[in-house]
Parts: sequence; C-alpha cells; structure tokens
Amino acid sequence: MLGVGVATAMIAVATDIGDKISRELRTYGANLIVTPQEDTLDVEIGGVNLKPPSDGAYLSEVDLPKIKGMFWRNNIVGFAPMLPVSVAVGNEKNLTLLGTYFSHHVVFGKQDFITGVRTTHPWWKVQGTWPDDNSNDVLLGDHLAARLGLKADQQINIAGQPRRIAGILSTGGAEDNQIVAPLALAQQVLGKPGAVRRIYVSAVTKPEDAFARRDPKSLSPAMYDRWYCSPYAQSIAFQLQEAIPHSHAEQIRQVAQNEGTILTRIQGLMLLITLAALLASALAVSASMATAVIERRSEVGLMKALGAGNLAVAVLFFAEATLLALLAGAVGFAGGALLAREIGHSIFDSQITVQPVLFPVILAIAVLVTFIGSAAAIRRAVKFDPVYALRGDA
Amino acid sequence: MNTPETGHVARRRAAAPHTSMFLRMLVRAAVLRRGRAASALLAMIVAAAVATAMLNLYVDVQAKLRREFRKYGANVVVVSRDGQGLPSNALSTVTSVLGGSGIAVPFAYAVARTADGHSVVVSGTDLDQAQKLDSSWWSVTGWPKASHDALVGARAVTVVGPSGKPFDLSFQGRSIRLNPAGTLKTGAAEDSRVYISLSDFTEWTHVPYSTVEISASGSPQEIGSIVQRLGQALPVADVHPVRQVTEGEANVLGKMRATLLVAAILIILTAAVCVLSTLTGWVSDRRRDFALMKALGASGRMLQGFFAAEAAALGAIGSTLGFAIGVGVAIWIGRANFHAPVSPRLSVLPVVLAGGIAIALIAAIVPISLLRRVQPATILRGE
Repeated sequence: MLGVGVATAMIAVATDIGDKISRELRTYGANLIVTPQEDTLDVEIGGVNLKPPSDGAYLSEVDLPKIKGMFWRNNIVGFAPMLPVSVAVGNEKNLTLLGTYFSHHVVFGKQDFITGVRTTHPWWKVQGTWPDDNSNDVLLGDHLAARLGLKADQQINIAGQPRRIAGILSTGGAEDNQIVAPLALAQQVLGKPGAVRRIYVSAVTKPEDAFARRDPKSLSPAMYDRWYCSPYAQSIAFQLQEAIPHSHAEQIRQVAQNEGTILTRIQGLMLLITLAALLASALAVSASMATAVIERRSEVGLMKALGAGNLAVAVLFFAEATLLALLAGAVGFAGGALLAREIGHSIFDSQITVQPVLFPVILAIAVLVTFIGSAAAIRRAVKFDPVYALRGDA
Repeated sequence: MNTPETGHVARRRAAAPHTSMFLRMLVRAAVLRRGRAASALLAMIVAAAVATAMLNLYVDVQAKLRREFRKYGANVVVVSRDGQGLPSNALSTVTSVLGGSGIAVPFAYAVARTADGHSVVVSGTDLDQAQKLDSSWWSVTGWPKASHDALVGARAVTVVGPSGKPFDLSFQGRSIRLNPAGTLKTGAAEDSRVYISLSDFTEWTHVPYSTVEISASGSPQEIGSIVQRLGQALPVADVHPVRQVTEGEANVLGKMRATLLVAAILIILTAAVCVLSTLTGWVSDRRRDFALMKALGASGRMLQGFFAAEAAALGAIGSTLGFAIGVGVAIWIGRANFHAPVSPRLSVLPVVLAGGIAIALIAAIVPISLLRRVQPATILRGE
C-alpha cells in the first residue's frame, strides 16, 4: 500500500514535472520573437541602435491581444512589445528609449489578463517603483543613471519634456544603458501611435524533436493537424505569424533550444526515479506476500490435502493479490495524489494536478507490480508439501 | 563407551575456541535455509542498490544539470566601459583568472557597408571558441575554416549576397572580400550580423575587441567570485553576470534538487520498510531454531547476540553488494540520461552500510525480544 502510494506520487510528479520545470525555465525570458515581415536589417551593437530612426517596418499594437486568441493561448505565459527610439538627453546624443509594457492590462474577448516585461523578463530588477503603463514615468538603466548622476524620483528631460524617473533598472544586459518607458510614451516620442518594433513572447513549449522541424507546408493534412496542435516552439511561432498580420515569428534559439535539452534530461531523470519507485514498491509487495504465504502454509496444506491442484492454489493467491492490488491502488492513488500536491506546494508553489486519466493506469500498474512481486512467494506456496505443511515443519 | 576416537573428538571440540561454534552456527544457518536467507539478502541488496543509486544521483545531479545549463552560452560578460576597445591583454587576463574552468571568447564589432550601401554589423571573433561556447543554439550550416571565410546571419544574407557568391564590405574606405562559408540562425541579434575571424577583422578594421563573453562553470558563489576577481584584474572594463542565464539556472537547479531529495527520501523509506518486514519475517520464521537453542541451554543474551550478529552480517553483505549494484545503476543512468558518467561517490558507502546494518538489527531484535518471553516447549510443540 505504501509502495503503491509512493509510486503514484512519483508518477504524478513525473508526468507533471515537465510542465512545472518548463514554467520555471520561463525565468529565462521569452523564447519567441515576432518581428515585422518587411523589416530591414538591425544595425545594433551592444544594445545601441545605429539604424536611422525612420528606417524599418512596424507591427501594430492593436493586433497584440490577438495572441491570446490563438490555439495555444493557454501556453502563452506572457508577451511584451518593444519599441526602441533614439533620443538625446543632455550630452548623450544616441540614447535608446525603449517603450514596452510593464504589467499592462490586455482584454481579448472574454479574456482579461496582465502581461508585460515583468512576466517575460523576470530577471529585471527595479530600485524604486515600476512605472504605471498609463503614466509618463520612466525607468533608467543603472549604468546610464550612474553616468548621468540621476536617482529615482528625479526628473529627466527626454525630447524636450521633463519626465519623472520612477526607478533605476538593473538587467545585466543592454537595457542597463537605456531608458525604459511605457509604450505609449515611446510611440509619442517617435511620432507613430500604435507602432511596435518587436514582440517577445514567453510560451510553454514541448522539447523539439524531428517531427517539430518538419516544414508545415510539406505535411499531409492529418500530419499538419498533429503538428499544429503540438506545442512545439515552431508551431507556436507559426500560429503567432497567423495571428499577427505582416509578421515574422521566430524562436529565440538560445532560450528555446536549451530549454528543450534541459526538459528532456529532467523528464528522463523523473522517469528513472519513477522506475525506482516501482521497483521499491514491487519489493514491498513481495515482502508482504512472502510473509502472508508463510503464515498461511497450513491452510495451503489443507487445501492440497483435500485435493486442490497447484493451479487452484496459485489462482487463489493471484486472485487475492489482484483484489488487494486494486484496493491498495485506489487508496494509494488518493494518498499519492495528496503527496504529489504537497510536493507541488512546497517545491513549486503551485498545484500538481493528478489527472484522473492516471487512475486506471495506476490500478493496472499496481496489479502488475503485485503480480511480479508476489510471483516468487506464490511459487513457494504451490510447492509446499501438504504433509510437512500440516505438521508445521515447512 | 568412550572409545579413543570419540574421546579425541570430544577433547578437540572442548578445546576449540568458543567462537568457532558461533561462526559454524552462523554459516550453517545461512547455508541450510538458503531459500529464506537468500530472499532476505535479496531484499537487502535491492533496497541498498536503490538507496545508493538515489543518493549518488542526488549528490551528482547538480553538477550534471549545471553542465547542461552551460549550453545556454555565456553567463559572464566583460565589456569595455567607454565603448572603446579592451586592452590587448584583456583576453589573457580573463583566461588566467578562469584558470581553465570555462571558455572565454572575444568579440569585436564594427558597422560596415555593403557594395550597394546597406549597413551591416560585422563581428570578429575566435570562431573555434565561439563554436564551443554557443554550438548548442547557433544553428550553423557550415563553420568558416579558411581565412576570409564568413559566417553570415540568416537575415544579413539578404543584404550581403543572397546568391552565396563572395561579397565585398567596406569600413572607413578599406574594403575586404569575404566568402560566405555558411549561414547562422539564432532568432536573435546574431541573425543580422556577419561573423569573421578576429585576425581578419583586426587586419581589416584595426578595431580592437570590445567584449569578452565567458562561460564560467561552477556554483553561483564561484561565479560571483570570478566576477569579482575579473573586476579587480580589469578595472577599465565592466564585468557583469548575465542575469538572464544565472537566475534561471539557480531557480531550476534548486527546485530540481528539492524534488529529487523528496523522491529519494520516499523511495528509500519504502525500501527500508519492506526490508524491515522481510527480515522480521525471516527471523520469526526461525523461532524453532530459537526454541531449540534455548532448550539446549543457551542464555537469552547469547541468543540475542547470535541473531543480532546474523542480522548484522546480512545487513553488511547486502549493503555492500547493493552499493556495488547501485553505483552501476547510477553510472548507467548518467550515461543514458546525461551522456556522461556519474562518478561513484564512496562517501555514500558508509551511509548505506550503516543504514543497512541498522535496519537489519532492528528487524532482528524486535521479534527476538517478543520470543524471549515464550517458553521453548510451546514453540517446539508447534503452537
């Protein structure tokens, strides 16, 4: 019973851990990027854009909520639009002002959710406060702030307008030398309302395999449906492209590829651990069956003395084992579900839901494990010599 | 009655040390009832093997996963502070600070113009090292081998030469002819760049490298100290960890380790409980031996000692064999899952051994102390 419970918990955790770790890996930030289809080449070194500001194409901000209308919308953890604009502040001529969502309220149909860099770029740290998306407050990269000698709550002159610095941003990346502002402010500075340069999308994906790399155009309709309905980075990118007009979606390979490798490793590890749990539970079953058989040897002896064949004895014990396994499986399933929930709570701060689909699977596994575990003990029971067994000598 | 022969045997037996009978009983008990002894030993071995494999894995998995995480590329970046180049000895300084435990790759950047006037970013780097650092996520059709070979980003291809023929780039009036050796696809800024070897780059542009990307291996503390030492060694540069990479790693590793710990404890507990029940069964199964010895005049203490020694021997043998098998399993798991051997941890052995013996002793002593109160005659009569 204990064995089956532990095995259940392990199976539940193992089936769910991919999803959990995948969400943890979202700490790495967006794994998909959407750019305008007709975009010119980026001329960017160390986060400083050297491209003339008029250059390049834009996406439309109005299309953004459509991301939440895709087939895999529930796998989209968040998205953040970006609009870099060149501005001059004091002596610094070629500064980048990055317009984005911080935690923006997006409504699509009946869905209502909050997204922005705080979801897609969780490693961004702010000293002070995050600006409101509807305000004109900005964040200043920490290197830039040190260079300009500015602190949170002071004013900064951007494109002739004084803006309040809500906080100092530290990212360990190019943004440390940039000004980050709400998207509307950047659009206003650029003079292009509704323009977005690129969108970072953070999605929970399935590790890439050979099938994922197939070109959707070359697939047969049935295969195409299967490809479309699997949460591969490729198919989600494909759907993003469908959702947002004139766009090109691509996986950010640094994040997406490595995520796939690590997920595969961790799932492999959990599979092995589940096997170890099953082994341990088989052991537990065989131990208790052995004890049960020894205790009941006189009963076996009596049965045999009354003419029961080896088969009859074996069938009796197997039937008993099956009944016990079903019972233990049911109880173990409940216990295991509870255990899995505890593990989910204490380690991942989120629910591990045990799929009801697993129930028959667990029962089947419990019966199988019991059979294997009790085979040796039952073989002994069958071999008992009734004379010795009844005399109490076995 | 006392023939010389039997007297001789009796004398020899009397003269033999007390321990020999003890050992004889131990060994004969195992040999004569080998079915039961073997099943108890088997349970012990399997439990010890599972425990060893789990403990080994738990100790090693962090190092293994950390290695996987290193495929995310650089976790520390050295950038020149003023936008100018780094001093020419910067790379050797970085390599000496790293002391062999990591990869350091220099990158130099310049904006060049194509023949028809488009701007494109050209980067000079140590291509061999870059291949080591980023190969898991740079999707490259062919790495440059000869000089003047270039690796062209997937988006830059349309600008510099979609036909795959050699192309010209110019920088401050100096021009260079490059052969596209392959294309590069990452989905990020690299797609819009052209990569060439650092020697070609400096010869052509005279621009020194401005960035060193470092993939340092080790725990967060070790990486912190590397960052600190690099900062001291290169005061003109700005050294910072790539938080995107380091934070994600710490996060996932911590959770994974916790999950594994819980799993290991649960599984070991299950195995321990069933070993306990098997051994208890084995000992109570031998109550007739026990009764016989008592009837022949063995003291309670001696009996307890005997059964305890038997259990301890079983525990020791089982744990040792189980340890060997468990190490094998751990090595196999390392090969199968991580493509690298898990090094056997000898430090696990005493834990498994002590645990095995302790369980065996508990399993032996509980039924014995129950049996002590029973009259031998009752047991021998078969009740």
